[in-house]
Amino acid sequence: MAISASAARRELDVQRYPLLVVVLVPLSAIFVQALIPRFIPRFDILDLPLLVTIYFAVGWRNPIAGTVTGAVIGLIQDALTNRPLGINGISQCVVGFLAASLGVKIDVENPGTRLLINFAFTLLNIGIYLFILHHMLAQNLGTNWLHEVIKAVINSIVGVFFFDILDRVRPRD
Amino acid sequence: MSRYKNILFLVTVLVVQIIGLAVQIRRPNPTSADAPAVRLIRYWAIGLMSPPEKVIHGGGTGLRGLWSNYLDLRHVRQQNQELREQVGRLQLEQATLLEDARQGQRLQQLLAFKEHYIYSTVPTQVIGTSGTDQSRILYVDKGAKDGLKPDMAVITPDGIVGKLKDVFAHTSQVLVISDQTSGAGVLLESTRLRGVLRGNALGQPQIINMLPDDRVKPGERVITSGGDQIYPRGLPVGIVDRVVADTQNPPYLDIIIKPAANLGHLEELLVITQASDHMPEKEKQDLAQSAAEGAAVSQRRASDILAERLPGLNDPNAVVDPKQDQKHSDAAAAAAAAAIPPKLHPPPTLHADHYSPDATPPANALTPGHAIVDPRYAPEPGAQPRVGTTADSKPTAAKTTARSPEPNGDTAAEGASAKPPAHHPATSPAVPGQEASPGTAHPAAKPKTPKAPPTDQPAEAAPAPEPSTAPPAPAGDGGPPQ
Repeated sequence: MAISASAARRELDVQRYPLLVVVLVPLSAIFVQALIPRFIPRFDILDLPLLVTIYFAVGWRNPIAGTVTGAVIGLIQDALTNRPLGINGISQCVVGFLAASLGVKIDVENPGTRLLINFAFTLLNIGIYLFILHHMLAQNLGTNWLHEVIKAVINSIVGVFFFDILDRVRPRD
Repeated sequence: MSRYKNILFLVTVLVVQIIGLAVQIRRPNPTSADAPAVRLIRYWAIGLMSPPEKVIHGGGTGLRGLWSNYLDLRHVRQQNQELREQVGRLQLEQATLLEDARQGQRLQQLLAFKEHYIYSTVPTQVIGTSGTDQSRILYVDKGAKDGLKPDMAVITPDGIVGKLKDVFAHTSQVLVISDQTSGAGVLLESTRLRGVLRGNALGQPQIINMLPDDRVKPGERVITSGGDQIYPRGLPVGIVDRVVADTQNPPYLDIIIKPAANLGHLEELLVITQASDHMPEKEKQDLAQSAAEGAAVSQRRASDILAERLPGLNDPNAVVDPKQDQKHSDAAAAAAAAAIPPKLHPPPTLHADHYSPDATPPANALTPGHAIVDPRYAPEPGAQPRVGTTADSKPTAAKTTARSPEPNGDTAAEGASAKPPAHHPATSPAVPGQEASPGTAHPAAKPKTPKAPPTDQPAEAAPAPEPSTAPPAPAGDGGPPQ
């Protein structure tokens, strides 16, 4: 009985986006993320592709779709860096999976909830990224945790407004 | 099974990516070029991103060029004039440093040291970044088709920026020196300490693993050492910002560097495509031009100084432009003032005698056979005339006698070494005890005479009048120097 109720709620709340939006929004986020730091160097503290992953994952409420979205966006991000392919792919597919799983259980339309999940998933993404870098790839690189926490805070605040903008591209029922 | 399909799917995706990571890391040198499959994926991603980036960059450049080249042309003439003056000034400075540079090159040749000159560069434009602060990567709009290759140094006129990492057909990846995986050999300019430069977690370039050294101070310049075989030696890197302890590797220190190039706002970069042991022809031409201009200026100054010293060289009938003349004379006067040594003026004579300047009458006023009668040396009324001594020998003899009554004194010894005077009736002693020693009669024994005549014995210093029959003293034999 409980399972059927959860499935019914998922069917009711699941968001559907046009294919063009699904393709163009992540690409645009990656493009803007790569272009803007040329003019505003501090812009690279933001992670718009990660916010897009979280947004689509919690909107679809489908862990498989969230995993695929996170993996693809993360791999494209890796391809633009000088690091091995898969670091961002792994971390973002985990984030996509967890965000989709969480989206079934909580109300993700609330700005406060959005603030919290953005903060938590940004920190989780950074943690997985650094774990892979330090322990799986054995790269002895420095880490400034204060900087990472500030980054998570800024991402969570910007994410609230960014999600609001993305809500406008969602088709109305 | 359907209950676990989500988690199984996640595990599958993770395993595939971990295997992919392991394949990439398996290569013996992780910093070498990517495997073909990875390179292909990067190529696709960059191919996806770089065209719109180029379009936006081109549009922005076009608009900016339209504004700056056609609309906003205020002060261009003034800037042009200032730049010309700056170029002239820099050429002169270069000329002054030319000789030092040549000497340095000679010494380097003696030491068989290989200097690397930047022979050719390719200008490029930044079109994008990696987009993350975990990886300091820039993308530029030139690639392998333009002659770029991996590991070429990328610089700006201010300082080094990084090196090329992956080079594609029309796009290249620049690894900036602030990235944690970068590396450059650097040298502290004044302390000559060497180190390795790489970025830290905050994207600041730092020299790592330095031993504690009190000589390292903020503000010291950092240049490339050339030891990495990528960056030519001597390029500016930045200045020391601060020294911090390396918490992971005590007691080593990290020296945080403030980069010379503005790494946050990079637009135009130069890729060094060729470095050579020989100076480029263009640089040689510039140096020769600077040397010629410097020599011309030096020669002009020398001629001005010469004209100042020898006014007769100036043609009084020459037609001169007053403005030009004024300008030249001002510059020459300033240069000559510094170059001409001041005239030497002897101190004024305390007690004049006939060795003093202007004490001797001119030659045309002299009469052969007549003694020089100087009113200053006229005998006092009632004084005993002395006969038999020359005018010049008497004061010395009197003074010497006063100082040393014995004829074998110091002055006599000096005179003994000199040429003895010819026997002359005028030098024969007339008064016992006032005999003029041979040495005192010779001018070689007289240098002390005009120097410090005793002021408390004016009567002794005053010579007796010469008899009118006395022949003139032979030159060099007691005669006064003319």
